Amino acid sequence: MNIGVGLPNTTPGGDGPLLVEWARRADAGPFSSLAVLDRIAYGGVEPFVALAAAAGTTERARLATMVAAGPLRPTALLAKQAASVHALSQGRLTLGLAVGARAEDFEATGVEYRTRGRRLDEQLAYLRGDVDADRVGPARDGIELLVGGGSGQAYARMARYADGYAHGGGPPRAFAGAAARANAAWRDLGRPGRPSLWGQGYFALGDVERGNAYLRDYYAFTGPFAERVVAANLTSPRAIKDFVRGYEQEGCDELVLFPTVADIDEVDRLAEVVA
Amino acid sequence: MNVAILGGGPAGLYLALLLKNAGLADDVRVVERNAPDATFGWGVVFSEETLGALRDADPETHLAITDTFARWDRLDIHYRGRLLSSRGHSFSAIARTRLLAILQERCRSLGVRLEFGRELADPALLAEEADLVVAADGANSASRHSREQAFGTSVEPEGCKYVWFGTDLVFDAFTFIFRETEHGFFQVHAYPFDEHASTFIVECPEPVWRRAGLDRLGEEESLAFCETLFAAELDGHRLLSNRSLWLDFPKVQNRVWHDGRLVLVGDAAHTAHFSIGSGTKLAMEDSIALANALLRRRGNLDAALVDYELERQPVVERFQQAASESAAYFGRVASYRHLEPIQFAFNLLTRSGRITHASLTVRDPGFTRVLDAWFAEEQRPRVAPPPMFAPLRLAGRTFPNRVVVADEGAGGGAGLVLSEVVAVSAEGRTTPECRVLEDDSLAEEVAAAHEAGALFGLQLGHAGRRGATQPRSRGVDVPLFDGWPLVSASPVPYGPFSAVPAELDEDGMVAVRADFAAASGRAAAMGVDVLELDFAHGYLLASFLSPLSNRRDDAYGGTLARRLRFPLSVLDAVRDVWPEDAVLAVRLSVTDWARGGLDVDDGIAVAQAMREHGCDLVHTVAGQTVAGDRPEYRRGFLTGLSDRVRAEARVPTLVGGYLTTPDEVNTIVASGRADLCILDLPPSPLERELGAPREGSDGLLLVESGG
Repeated sequence: MNIGVGLPNTTPGGDGPLLVEWARRADAGPFSSLAVLDRIAYGGVEPFVALAAAAGTTERARLATMVAAGPLRPTALLAKQAASVHALSQGRLTLGLAVGARAEDFEATGVEYRTRGRRLDEQLAYLRGDVDADRVGPARDGIELLVGGGSGQAYARMARYADGYAHGGGPPRAFAGAAARANAAWRDLGRPGRPSLWGQGYFALGDVERGNAYLRDYYAFTGPFAERVVAANLTSPRAIKDFVRGYEQEGCDELVLFPTVADIDEVDRLAEVVA
Repeated sequence: MNVAILGGGPAGLYLALLLKNAGLADDVRVVERNAPDATFGWGVVFSEETLGALRDADPETHLAITDTFARWDRLDIHYRGRLLSSRGHSFSAIARTRLLAILQERCRSLGVRLEFGRELADPALLAEEADLVVAADGANSASRHSREQAFGTSVEPEGCKYVWFGTDLVFDAFTFIFRETEHGFFQVHAYPFDEHASTFIVECPEPVWRRAGLDRLGEEESLAFCETLFAAELDGHRLLSNRSLWLDFPKVQNRVWHDGRLVLVGDAAHTAHFSIGSGTKLAMEDSIALANALLRRRGNLDAALVDYELERQPVVERFQQAASESAAYFGRVASYRHLEPIQFAFNLLTRSGRITHASLTVRDPGFTRVLDAWFAEEQRPRVAPPPMFAPLRLAGRTFPNRVVVADEGAGGGAGLVLSEVVAVSAEGRTTPECRVLEDDSLAEEVAAAHEAGALFGLQLGHAGRRGATQPRSRGVDVPLFDGWPLVSASPVPYGPFSAVPAELDEDGMVAVRADFAAASGRAAAMGVDVLELDFAHGYLLASFLSPLSNRRDDAYGGTLARRLRFPLSVLDAVRDVWPEDAVLAVRLSVTDWARGGLDVDDGIAVAQAMREHGCDLVHTVAGQTVAGDRPEYRRGFLTGLSDRVRAEARVPTLVGGYLTTPDEVNTIVASGRADLCILDLPPSPLERELGAPREGSDGLLLVESGG
């Protein structure tokens, strides 16, 4: 199993110099990927823009959206943004997409919430089918596609169009259940081989309370679920090691650990724990 | 901390005494609407595992409870005049009134304030004087009602109509009784709970209940009806009523279990159908988990309530899933009445997915030995193979075992090697890589399968509107830029950017039928043992079956009989040329998993029509009729559908659905849920390790010198 680290692109204090230095240290460290989150009606840097900045200061790590809410962007623009990051990073983009959960992001972009599933299907078919690729460059060849979401439709969408599944977080046992569903969908759609399985978790190794406060704010839209996300924040080396071991046992291919505090020392702290 | 608990059932009382005993609360009061000795129901059941948890949580009540327990490890099944027993199912039960008395006494001695006969106050009022308010007031929780929005409550009836009696007959095992009447099937769940009495629950599906006139009978008449019906088993004993009325079981679910300082426990938070006997167990385990969370997170109530939910919800979800499977099983148990007693019993034991062939072998090796021998159809064998390795005789062929492999390079050992779908014509291909059946295209594969001791199965299909797509390594239903013209039942494209197919006209039907027949003839000539025609997943023949893809107003659209007309004509044409001594199978989506599409009842009707037209085996799949369907993926997600098709259309079935272990296959085939199973074998790190030894790993331990 590979381990990646999140860029603090939605975390307060994640300014330009920090993101660039964060990416540089991660690329020099034991991490195989750098991943970003996607929020519109919230502070922080747009995911593709953040990855573009990271592309300039990294050489090795894959650059991933974990995940981006596809339907918030017009399809051709989404393809253009993704392909641009892919070109800037010389072929290192992993594009994780899901329908998007936050109603206020849809309000802010003027996109209809109700039909977002159908729109994501179209976007995936557009990306995978190289539709309009003669007009809308750069080339999309080799963009690794992941799909996230917990519904049967999400798993079907993943198996139909993508290369793998992006899990939304939770204890290893929850990931195991999702992995079985992803594999079942993959077989059901008659895809050869197996889907690539990505997992994720949050960590804070320094100022834990600051990390928890960020999670409470970021997930406020889920109501009481926010406290659950806080409860799952990995706040000690032992908790991280247990989590990593659990995910590895359940067949995860790439586990991304997202920071909850935009403090540059967090990259080094995490690197020390997972090295 | 001051705690107010609404409801003086097992969950509320147990929580009260745990909190008080651990010194977690200064003041604990339990407010109960009824009198202390009011009782509903008779006995409650605990497993050994639950007893261990109760012992650890409070040894004193554990001692008092186990002192008065009825215990058994046998399960008796009365079916078709036979009594089948299975051992190793350790359970205990106690009279509900006795349990409550023990808990009340312990509460009193610890200084819990018990307030009986008090109407439940508004939780908002209680919250003014309490730091934590606990809703332990049952499935119909009054304190939950006011905030159902916040809790995300859903309450749905599940399972049969049931009535909860007692009896002065003391059973010496957990007892199931199945009784067929002119109205339909009735069944009994009975178990002893002390040395004087047993619980005796009678249930039947609602239509049976109405046909028997039970909807019009009063309490006493209804009791008399049941006493007469089960007179033989009651053996002169009486049924006892305790306001025993026919009920629907409410399945209660809550998305979240706490809102501010109000927290749900027990039935107020969740119910699990009584047929797996876990309601009281889950309720008391909630109390233990909540007390532990409050201890662990002392001073941080919010964190404690989140911990409690995180710990309990996954456990409860698993039990609710199993309980719903069990409730549904008892609702359709009449459809299994053709099963031989030993298979009927095994099907019953494995109904909720919690007991499998392997776990039953640990509990009761004698049972599975007899089951395996019966399944292998041997005459009084001393030793029989596990069900997965029992041969299957079907339409003149013998499958050496029940395992089907569908992927290439899987190695030997399977009973059937199933090809990828091969097209009947170039227009009917899914992708440019998809093969078209030529005269000799399969000769080598057939020979290789036979060489390995397996039968060879060919999947034969026409892609219809899902044709002309890019290779599956890239994705599915991703259209080619330079495809070929598509046909389907109606001119409706399959997915985004898919080409609009032409409506298949009469000439086209004649041609497709001829293509299928000709390909079948070639397959027979090549020695194919199983021919599987593709009537599934929205491909050409399936597109006629579903109203979502068939919008025709000619003789081939409209009612199910008309939608079946063309697909059945293809089956007939193939049956004419396909040998009698080889297997003719169809792959069928038995539900569309989409609004307005085929449901399982329709799918079973289609399977029945296929059987009547000479199909020997139904490969049961689901969905993909339309791209936007709502599939229900999980391990073994097709098993339940195969079970229903096999039982209700009475046709042998083949099923996949991501089965990855021999235990799943043993359980499925021995219980009669399918005849053949596709086994998916995930790669194991052990294989990697054993297949390619690392350098230097010659059995010596290489110790690196530290630096």
